[in-house]
Amino acid sequence: MIEKPLAAIVSAGLSKFGKLDGFSAREIFTYAAKEAFDKCPNLDPRKDVKGLYLGHMTESAEHQGHTGPLVADWIGLNPVPAVRFENACASSGVALRCGIQAIKSGFVDVIMVGGVEKLTHLATSDATEYLALSADNFFEQWHGFTFPGLFALIARAHMHEYDTTGEQLATIAVKNHHNGSLNPKAQMQKEITLEQAMTSRVVASPLRLFDCSLISDGASCVILTKPELAKRFSDTPIYIQGSGQASDTIGLYERDDLTSLNAVALAARDAYEMSGMKPKDIDVAEVHDCFTIAELIISEDVGFCKKGDGGKLVQSGDTAIDGNIPINTSGGLKSKGHPVGATGVAQAYEIFLQLTGQAGARQVNDAEIGLTLNLGGHGSTAVAHVYSTTI
Amino acid sequence: MEEITLDRDETGEILPTIQNFYRFCGHGRLMALKCIECEKLLIPPRIICPKCSSSRFKWIQLSGKAKLRTFSFIHIAPKQFSSQAPYIIGIVKLEEGLSLSGRIIVDKNVKLEIGMDLIVEFEDTVSVGWPQWPRYYFKLAKVIEQ
Ligand SMILES: [Zn+2]
Repeated sequence: MIEKPLAAIVSAGLSKFGKLDGFSAREIFTYAAKEAFDKCPNLDPRKDVKGLYLGHMTESAEHQGHTGPLVADWIGLNPVPAVRFENACASSGVALRCGIQAIKSGFVDVIMVGGVEKLTHLATSDATEYLALSADNFFEQWHGFTFPGLFALIARAHMHEYDTTGEQLATIAVKNHHNGSLNPKAQMQKEITLEQAMTSRVVASPLRLFDCSLISDGASCVILTKPELAKRFSDTPIYIQGSGQASDTIGLYERDDLTSLNAVALAARDAYEMSGMKPKDIDVAEVHDCFTIAELIISEDVGFCKKGDGGKLVQSGDTAIDGNIPINTSGGLKSKGHPVGATGVAQAYEIFLQLTGQAGARQVNDAEIGLTLNLGGHGSTAVAHVYSTTI
Repeated sequence: MEEITLDRDETGEILPTIQNFYRFCGHGRLMALKCIECEKLLIPPRIICPKCSSSRFKWIQLSGKAKLRTFSFIHIAPKQFSSQAPYIIGIVKLEEGLSLSGRIIVDKNVKLEIGMDLIVEFEDTVSVGWPQWPRYYFKLAKVIEQ
């Protein structure tokens, strides 16, 4: 039996997401770190922070590897141990889980966990190619499978099995763009209409442009500590009560069921079990909407609705900010942006804001329990965390 | 039978590698690995059976007959494929029960549907070494007129 809470988040930071011309990854991360440090005056970064776990996927984008120690140096943490995590789009979700384990093990009392990505300077075809690296090289990439293409295969299967419609997918895009319009750090702070989404150009049928998340630059971080030390650094820490991670095949074709993401179901199951929470206890969730179909399927696989009812769930309005289970209040990857390595911890950042009442115009009333679900690739990795306002 | 250059172990057994799978493709043969212990069929070939952890396999040739499980028309493609866009990708279920991803190549007027009968075909290209392998793809199965 693992003692709970697992860890506390005492501060968090997020850079602006979007096309950050003229800034390199190390510089972008500095803005996230600075926010986290500035918001936590009781923390002396040089003295208190004993490590950096950094999610970062595409080293080829800037021709820069070894980003752990690089970024640690740039934010003034040198010489603490610094490690880069690469699990595709789940890189920083995995870094967060490992950060919790570092705290739990007693190796460190305080650690910074975050992620960063710099992508927007690339040609779209190059970015598409780098993002496809998380799929099977020899049986998917080699045959011209793209990342939107793989989720399109999943979408087609879900539509066939459950009569899910393009309109339901577009409804997710409209919702997340509305939420993003309320988030000053979002890449696309503008509403879209259902018609706009449904008539946007086809990227990989049945997915259209507005079914796809954005190519973004950005960085995110949180400061983790032991629960018993949390109040030393913050009057309003939040607590991590459950953590789950699971893997699945690197090739989509090897899965018997294309309408479900098994790693998501397993990661969520473990995070719920550890936290003692159930889907109905969750007040606000950030889930991985790299494509609208991903949000739809994750909402089913984490238990917010019955299998096959994800489309009906969004159409009911239940996943809106004022609904029963608000999903992606930040705007999600769809509208806030998807700087791949930063995404997992950016979800934790939004939950931190929501549970501490700092989410401004998109604040969910009385949010006390949060969930994040970060996906890597087309579900070869999934990481789930459950958060609470109280011990 | 035509001589195929394959990677073999010291006893002469054909190694269960992806390169060997594609070398067979280069000679018009869709091959799977069959686990001798649990009979699971594998594409890609692997050195350890994911079902029973055995490492005893034999290669078997598949019929190439398949049914379409799902598909997508790719409009925005990576650089090396962009001249071919739009093109179709899919996942098929092979007659022997295992699934495989690949390109679906059909005439423009064909309306694709899940469950459609397909058959494997192979590119004409000659293998130029790792990892530039000759590809397989799927086309419409010939309907035999009654
Ligand atoms: Zn076996």
